[in-house]
Amino acid sequence: MTIPAEKNGVVGRRMAMTDSLGKVTGLGKYTDDLAVPGMLVGKILHSPHAHARIRAIDTSRAEALAGVKAVATGKDAPNPYGILPIGHDERVLALDKARYIGDNVAAVAATSAEIAEQALDLIEVDYEVLPAWFDPEKSMLAETHWIHEGRPHNIEKEYHHEFGDLEEGFRQADFVAEQRYYAGEVNHAAMEPHSTLAIWEPEGRLTVYSSTQVPYYLQRTVADVCEMPMSSVRIIKPLIGGGFGGKSEVIPLEVASCVLAKQAKRPVKITYTREEVFYAHRGRPITIVELKAGLARDGRITAIQARVVQDGGAYCGYGPVTVLYSGALLGAIYDIPNVHYDGYRVLTNKPACGAMRGHGTVNVRFAFEAMLDRLACDAGLDPADVRRRNLLKAPCITPNGLRVTSYGLPECIEKVVERSGWNAKKGKLPYGKGIGIACSHYVSGAANPIIRSNMPHTTVNIKIDRDATVTVFTGASEIGQGSDTIQVQIVAEVLGVQPERIRLVAADTALTPVDLGSYSSRVTFMAGNACIEAAKNMREQILAAVAKKFGCAATELEAGGEAIYKKDDPRMKVGFDEAVVMAIDFHGGLVAQGSYAPPEGARGGKFKGAGVGPSPSYSYSAQVAEVTVDPETGRVRVDKIVAAHDCGRALNPLTVEGQIEGSVYMGFGQALQEEMIWEKGRLMNPSLLEYRIPSTIENPEIESIIVESIDPEGPFGAKEAGEGSLAATIPAIASAIYDAVGVRINSLPITPEKVLEALQKKRKAAGGNGAVGRNGGAR
Amino acid sequence: MNKEIIRLQVNGEEREVAVPAYKLLLDVLREDLGLTGSKRGCDDSSCGCCAVLVDGVPVLSCVAIASSYQDGAITTVEGLGVAGQLDPVQEGYAEAGGAQCGFCTPGFMIATKALLDRNPNPGIDEIREALSSNLCRCTGYMQIYESVKYAIEKAPARATAGAR
Repeated sequence: MTIPAEKNGVVGRRMAMTDSLGKVTGLGKYTDDLAVPGMLVGKILHSPHAHARIRAIDTSRAEALAGVKAVATGKDAPNPYGILPIGHDERVLALDKARYIGDNVAAVAATSAEIAEQALDLIEVDYEVLPAWFDPEKSMLAETHWIHEGRPHNIEKEYHHEFGDLEEGFRQADFVAEQRYYAGEVNHAAMEPHSTLAIWEPEGRLTVYSSTQVPYYLQRTVADVCEMPMSSVRIIKPLIGGGFGGKSEVIPLEVASCVLAKQAKRPVKITYTREEVFYAHRGRPITIVELKAGLARDGRITAIQARVVQDGGAYCGYGPVTVLYSGALLGAIYDIPNVHYDGYRVLTNKPACGAMRGHGTVNVRFAFEAMLDRLACDAGLDPADVRRRNLLKAPCITPNGLRVTSYGLPECIEKVVERSGWNAKKGKLPYGKGIGIACSHYVSGAANPIIRSNMPHTTVNIKIDRDATVTVFTGASEIGQGSDTIQVQIVAEVLGVQPERIRLVAADTALTPVDLGSYSSRVTFMAGNACIEAAKNMREQILAAVAKKFGCAATELEAGGEAIYKKDDPRMKVGFDEAVVMAIDFHGGLVAQGSYAPPEGARGGKFKGAGVGPSPSYSYSAQVAEVTVDPETGRVRVDKIVAAHDCGRALNPLTVEGQIEGSVYMGFGQALQEEMIWEKGRLMNPSLLEYRIPSTIENPEIESIIVESIDPEGPFGAKEAGEGSLAATIPAIASAIYDAVGVRINSLPITPEKVLEALQKKRKAAGGNGAVGRNGGAR
Repeated sequence: MNKEIIRLQVNGEEREVAVPAYKLLLDVLREDLGLTGSKRGCDDSSCGCCAVLVDGVPVLSCVAIASSYQDGAITTVEGLGVAGQLDPVQEGYAEAGGAQCGFCTPGFMIATKALLDRNPNPGIDEIREALSSNLCRCTGYMQIYESVKYAIEKAPARATAGAR
């Protein structure tokens, strides 16, 4: 595909999001803002036990309560589902066993929230409590009481990959490091709690408004569980108050509301409390990374060996994909010839983990970049320089089959080194102040769909009527990341009109063609390319009509400035409105379509698990963090983060910067203060008071820098911007802490307690009580 | 359940509703008055998405009993602009990237409005402090600061234009 050069100045424009007026006036509607006549309130009964057989459920007293219109249990909706075809292990309401505290056991719809809650209290469940598994490393050794039949030893999935020659790689190494890293569990904590409004239509159909990133997967799942044809289920995605992956698979309330609506023959809305959001979870799992890496004296990485154990919780969810990403994206950032990966996704009696921003890559990237900093230190090399010495020679295909088409990492590194004053600061700041560098990358959309098929990953339709409004029908899901805006900009650019002329109809399964969803940072790349194709097809039709009028060839014409004109004589022109009327008269109507599927060569290798990791393109990021560490309290303050991100081409610099800064922010939170704390399967901090996402007080200053490598296949050269920056933030901070006080914290989050403990150990090892310089004592 | 009639001054209008005595201001706004701009993001006054102004002071409506606020003038996000014209604060959040998913935006704009009414030209530290009761999960706050600065620059221009 050739890249159409932008001419009209809409692409690349720093413009406000097209849906921002609804957001600043309070008039934009999110799911929980919707109400329809006769609407019931739904509530879900959650299991108080982490692992228990359900002997019997008595709902008779709940059913008898005045105002209760529907009560459902597992037997009312027994069909299993799950986001992956290989992991259909969930039921909307537990059928035989509850597998975590918070598991869904029964659901009620009533005329008010109070009555629904009262009804939940009247449901009697007879549980037989079973031994439960909470620690993934113990769970994977379990001989009894496995969480799912067919998953011996509670291992959901394991993968073993080797590329190159590991032994030879370590033989070439002059420095070898081995370390166990730990990352605590984190939650997306999108500000909007999940919400679903399911409306039973008199024709026997369901219309479902839901806070989802994947309307088409939801449509499929609702159809499966409610035993209705997909054509009878319509999913509409209203405004979404943030996703970050937490809404990228089917969440129990989405199906429960449908089951209740079908039973009551009334509309039912369920909105989670914040506590329920934490227990619905699907966040980033506890991850143990045992890493070994080798570095040659000249700074080349010679080998990596990684063993990753992820605490997946009680259901499969995206689990196998998460653990595959952890291995696959060890590649495609540096030129590493010898890689060995063992990945284990383990079941425990806790809420299921899933996809979260930077899916599968973040915790492993933390471990790897932190280790690279340590090896650079051992070798006496500048950590920035070590990264320069291991760059890919793009375009290339990595040993694990990932095709890299554009590679802005070198420029990212140079930019952050320059803007942070790295050379003047690294190792030269006073004790307690430090600076660290790290890199990361991410896919611009998964090259393979979740359910294997040959259909396009996305399709866009455009129609224009005599009022000359351009209506774009897209299945892509705006979740706050700006995908609606980007699609409007692209269509406007190609048609040569201003964005105000475009109306976007998005993510309504009855109106818009299939798009796989907002996950894996795929929308700009894939829906963007589909928009280009659809708009070009539309433009051709308009040009053909104007060409006939002018008595010239369509190739002699150009669209721009809200007009169609002759290239060699711009005075020969018609306004867009007039051209549209001509074209409708000429063709009898104006509709056009475009679609996108990743090219064959981008879809990866043939080995088991090769399907996860391949992408049509990869984004790159480099970051420098500056910190102040108080050696008396262990407290870390991040003073500034300079983040450069190669997004291929910034179609809208405002939203690209917003995505970089949001990613850095989320990485910062995970680095220092976010962690879900579990006690025997019970979450100790299921609220935003205790699960501390950063506020304006702690959040560092972030300087975002856009790097444009112009991807050969991206829309106008663009690739992803929304996830790739997150992973670099954490190791950049960790390495800056080492630079400040000489301790390496290998466990996330890096709390003051951990820093203090490390400092005390270091003092002891140095045999004194006084402050120890960054180069003194044991590492 | 027993209901009582309460009168609230909301966005310059007197509104009368019959609600249970314990009903929260946020629920009255959203369910009884159809003002769904104020959001519920948490259960415990930690996120700020539900903030409204009562006599110019930000109040978390998710932990306020509606009947206790019958004497104050309540302003919600829907009452920030006048007659189809956006308040400079709204314009700032729309133009400068302060609203990504938009869910926290009403609360942030309420906090910003209270700040700028108190001090039309705050420095960055004062902005950070004034917004510290609100959580945003999207922006990393940088474009929120830009939005506030946009409003600061826009406000006097608007006032001058209005006086002319």
